[in-house]
Amino acid sequence: MLKQMEGSRAVAEAVALCRPEVICAYPISPQTHIVEALGEMVKEGALASCEFINVESEFAAMSVAIGASAAGARSYTATASQGLLYMAEAVFNAAGLGLPIVMTVANRAIGAPINIWNDHSDALSQRDSGWLQLFAETNQEALDLHIQAFRLAEELSLPIMVCMDGFILTHAFERVDMPTQEQVDAYLPAYSPRQVLDPDEPVSIGAMVGPEAFMEVRYLAHAKQMEALKLIPAYAAEFKAVFGRDSGGLMHTYRSEDAETIIVAMGSVLGTIKDTVDEMRDSGHRIGVLGITCFRPFPVAAVADALRQAKRFVVLEKSMAIGLGGILAVNVRMAVTGMGLKGYTVVAGLGGRAITMKSLHALFRQGEKDELEPVTFLDLDWKAVNKQLEREKAHRRSGPVAEALLRDVGIVGARNY
Amino acid sequence: MSFQPVKFYQTGTFTVGNRLLPPEERSVQSDSKRFNSINSGHRACQGCGEALGARYAIDAAMEAADGRIIAANATGCLEVFSTPYPETSWQIPWIHSLFGNTAAVATGIAAALKVKGKTGTRVVAQGGDGGTTDIGFGCLSGMFERNDDVLYICYDNGGYMNTGVQRSSATPAAARTSTTPAVGAEPGNVFGQGKFLPAIAMAHDIPYVATATVADLRDLEAKVTRAMEIRGARYIHILVPCPLGWGTASHDTIRMARLAKETGIFPVFEAEHGEIKSVLAIRRPLPVEDYLRPQKRYAHLFGKQPRIDVIAHLQAQADRNIRKYGLQARKGGH
Repeated sequence: MLKQMEGSRAVAEAVALCRPEVICAYPISPQTHIVEALGEMVKEGALASCEFINVESEFAAMSVAIGASAAGARSYTATASQGLLYMAEAVFNAAGLGLPIVMTVANRAIGAPINIWNDHSDALSQRDSGWLQLFAETNQEALDLHIQAFRLAEELSLPIMVCMDGFILTHAFERVDMPTQEQVDAYLPAYSPRQVLDPDEPVSIGAMVGPEAFMEVRYLAHAKQMEALKLIPAYAAEFKAVFGRDSGGLMHTYRSEDAETIIVAMGSVLGTIKDTVDEMRDSGHRIGVLGITCFRPFPVAAVADALRQAKRFVVLEKSMAIGLGGILAVNVRMAVTGMGLKGYTVVAGLGGRAITMKSLHALFRQGEKDELEPVTFLDLDWKAVNKQLEREKAHRRSGPVAEALLRDVGIVGARNY
Repeated sequence: MSFQPVKFYQTGTFTVGNRLLPPEERSVQSDSKRFNSINSGHRACQGCGEALGARYAIDAAMEAADGRIIAANATGCLEVFSTPYPETSWQIPWIHSLFGNTAAVATGIAAALKVKGKTGTRVVAQGGDGGTTDIGFGCLSGMFERNDDVLYICYDNGGYMNTGVQRSSATPAAARTSTTPAVGAEPGNVFGQGKFLPAIAMAHDIPYVATATVADLRDLEAKVTRAMEIRGARYIHILVPCPLGWGTASHDTIRMARLAKETGIFPVFEAEHGEIKSVLAIRRPLPVEDYLRPQKRYAHLFGKQPRIDVIAHLQAQADRNIRKYGLQARKGGH
């Protein structure tokens, strides 16, 4: 059914259609609207047979989800940014225990400096936690990915993060096609756990494992993610059969068949990139797009196939490996090892910095001509950066960096570009 | 299999004497068909107070719940010595997640049981004093505040014994640990720090809070049984001497626990909704020196120049407990 609604509300309704049994919530922007909506549905009885628990921290949220999942309940929570970091120990633990928890990450920057706006630093900091990580491009895809995530998680007995850009998606009102309960029930079977805490069949979960078996246990987690590389496209195909639309999968290509230059990115910025590429295509540029939906497991072979015919790729990412360059870029480079492709890393949009078509036009044209540096920081205010570097040379006690930068850029810094 | 009924006489306690109790009043442990929730063969140290406390507590909870208990366990001695896989001592469904999240994991289990209508299965969370009073305190307070249907049991041995006897916020003043060494002008753990978690639990107004020691195991069983009659958040704090950390003989574990109670060092009571309902009275309070002297963690108080001042300070703490909790039995009374 077509509806006009906020992204967070769409995700909340989709999660509710998946019949979650335990939801734990701790407020952090920009995911709050999702759990607020779910809390209301539980309290008014629209979402029956579900416990909604207001916990005292994100660490507790994930821990409650761990307990609930281990006791056989379909469990869900949502977080972002500092919240994801605060629960990090439990995030790794949930994956290590093989508990199929689904969590929305409303992607947001990580401080310091504190910043509530969108980038992918939070989710990517947990890339090696053992969770599957799916990135939504639109609100429709965010909604759809949650339905697929419960099925995938429970089949694999692994937890899944569904990542959607904070504010850009979570707070955007868009048209979505909301499935019916019958459709979701037809697609998502009841949760049948591989392990469960049950007095009739007592098991010990979470024993200490020494060097004799630890590597094997870790390898099996990797092997399951490799298995997910096959399941994800299969479940996306089944999703299409039930719901009638393409959604999810490992990745999407756009106008890339004869492209010499391919832009690789994740999340909502793909929309701006596609619009830019459309305009460039109109003026004869051979440029295309590869949108990564599934970051973990990273679809190495599929990415290699998608880039095989190109001459170069430009990875535009809302994240940064400080001291190296890109995170997504390193993953893409791994996929194209030995293929002789030129590759460029562009760090863009950190902390909500707008990524404009104007900047992308200039960037992609430079890329086509192989005029990009190995690592580019899109629309960086070099004047402000250099001023601070000079200040640090001149004064030992140069003071707190962020505050100095804010003074330098002035009131314009409060604006989103 | 042939079966020889054994007559268990409860000896040496003030409450029972040498009478043979009627079956319904006997200890859960006196029944040959007891649950053995934490089975023999685990790797606790000889004389471990925690292993003893856990056996009595969990078996009593099992008895009260008709054998339907799920346990969540914090990282620590109890977790490590009970599950060196492929061996596990636990005959009950049991999960260890992390050091600091046990109360929250238990909340999740309780929520799952509730939503599935399995209200006959009960949840127990357990951890040491480090996992309870320090790293797990946030999750514990959250579980209390929400009044989640969980019995949390803290086995308090006064330090991080699993990692090599470091100080926790439950380590008593003057005690030597590896991070409060017996050196300098004020050897051992400093005065004026630490917290007594049962009082903090009571401040949450939860339905039931109790303390117990492994010296009074019938009392411990009774408190677990009472806690299991109640729904909501419940807390039992058990003093469990640690021969390794305290520097006491393995055969003195019970004696040390009894001395902690009889000196007033550790008040034994039960409270409902924040109000104390009963105390385990001390007939003749013993001087704290009787409790301190056998423990190597206090050896620095009894050197060539005994620290009479420090011992007096600890005596004052014990006396304050006796006053505060009304621990001294009235003269002539029982």
